[in-house]
Amino acid sequence: MENKKVIHKHPLAIRWLHWINFPLLAIMIWSGLLIYYANRVYKLDIGFTTLTFFPEWFYDAIGMRSRLAEGMALHFTFMWLFAVNGIIYFLYLIFSKEYKLIFPHRGALKEAWVVLLHDLHIKKGLPPQKKYNAAQRIAYTGVIILGFFMIITGLAIYKPAQLNWLCAACGGYEAARIEHFIITILFALFFLVHIIQVIIAGWANFSSMITGFETKKIKPDNNERANLEQEKNQK
Amino acid sequence: MKEQIWSKKKIRNKTILSFVVFFVMMGLAYCSWKWLFTQPEEAGALRPLRAVLKQNEKIFQPLVSQNHLTKTYPIEKAEKKVRVNGWDGMESPLDTNWNLKVVRTNGDTVYITIDDIKKLPKTDIVFDFKCVEGWNQITHWAGVKFSDFAKYYKLDKETQMQYVGMITPDKGYYVGIDMPSAVHPQTILCYEMNGKELPLDQGYPLRLIIPVKYGVKHIKRIGSIYFSNAKPPDFWAEEGYDYFLGL
Repeated sequence: MENKKVIHKHPLAIRWLHWINFPLLAIMIWSGLLIYYANRVYKLDIGFTTLTFFPEWFYDAIGMRSRLAEGMALHFTFMWLFAVNGIIYFLYLIFSKEYKLIFPHRGALKEAWVVLLHDLHIKKGLPPQKKYNAAQRIAYTGVIILGFFMIITGLAIYKPAQLNWLCAACGGYEAARIEHFIITILFALFFLVHIIQVIIAGWANFSSMITGFETKKIKPDNNERANLEQEKNQK
Repeated sequence: MKEQIWSKKKIRNKTILSFVVFFVMMGLAYCSWKWLFTQPEEAGALRPLRAVLKQNEKIFQPLVSQNHLTKTYPIEKAEKKVRVNGWDGMESPLDTNWNLKVVRTNGDTVYITIDDIKKLPKTDIVFDFKCVEGWNQITHWAGVKFSDFAKYYKLDKETQMQYVGMITPDKGYYVGIDMPSAVHPQTILCYEMNGKELPLDQGYPLRLIIPVKYGVKHIKRIGSIYFSNAKPPDFWAEEGYDYFLGL
């Protein structure tokens, strides 16, 4: 039978942790919204208009009315799983040296700009990359940092008296709540871009997050190619 | 990234296996989520969630320390218009002969007048009052520290117990508080707000101010206080909220 080249892209642990995180993050955001609903006061003033988080039709659409107790119970249950999964993921990156493929390398910022221009169809050609390009490295590392601050600000809100030093480090109770909220918005934005990019990248890329590998046709190497040509010429 | 040469058959088998595991696990996750909502409720919370809330309490209650203080503010920072949230336990008219009833562990009942309470050393506190709903307000309160009160009335045996229960005179609102939080140096039996007598809607003549807890534990118009090793009933904990609610 024909053979193919298999490129091992995502280690088993990363795939499991990634897919465990997916529903957990969804539950954390959902229960967080149930909590936010009880006092939905955050607004964004951008000069000419005021953005409210969120319009009332949004709550109607997702069937959310006065479920604070349920939201808190869910949030304070699934926080453990969400945090533990995130911490295991981080430790795995460090100890498996996988972080070398994810954390930005030197000159990543400049390269990320080129990637952005390419993705927006402004410029052709991508810089050479390993597992991820510079823009991906920055985005994935950024989301790990956000996760870290999610836990920090969450703890500051959860125990502002017992961990008053942590609450103070976040700029106080109100600031910690706003930070926690902004990080959620950023998570949602990351998710949106992530989904779009996955769709654009296509099936093989998506499938590799489940199987771990991508396949490639085996290109004949130079010697083989020479042999083939010789055979052709002889004929 | 490691590269290998695999036969097409091996690739196909590995792919099928991965996808089967993926869909089975996602299906399991979905079913567990659905299962969670079929569970009976315990005090208004789904039983598995209630179990975790109790576990959280076991983890965080021992961390309550007399040295961990809620941040305090200068008096000028205190809000003049203090928010009123909830009338439970204050719907009936206040008895003009109000006394604080304290039930001791030996069964004795002590009645204490507001004037007697005001004779005890007074403590002011300006702190950020936090509601479970998500709002917070810097407010100024004054009264006697619960620990000073307990010392004066020789409630030593009582404060050895695990919980304090407090109830409004009409029994319409009630809270249970773990002892470490009750004897915390910032917990006060409060009779003044913004330097004046406590308004009726803020729990005149006596309310609890307990900065290490969310607002629902700051019971207004206290009628009686008792002590117990079992968890005293708690108004909002019966409605699906966490019992501990410690900050």
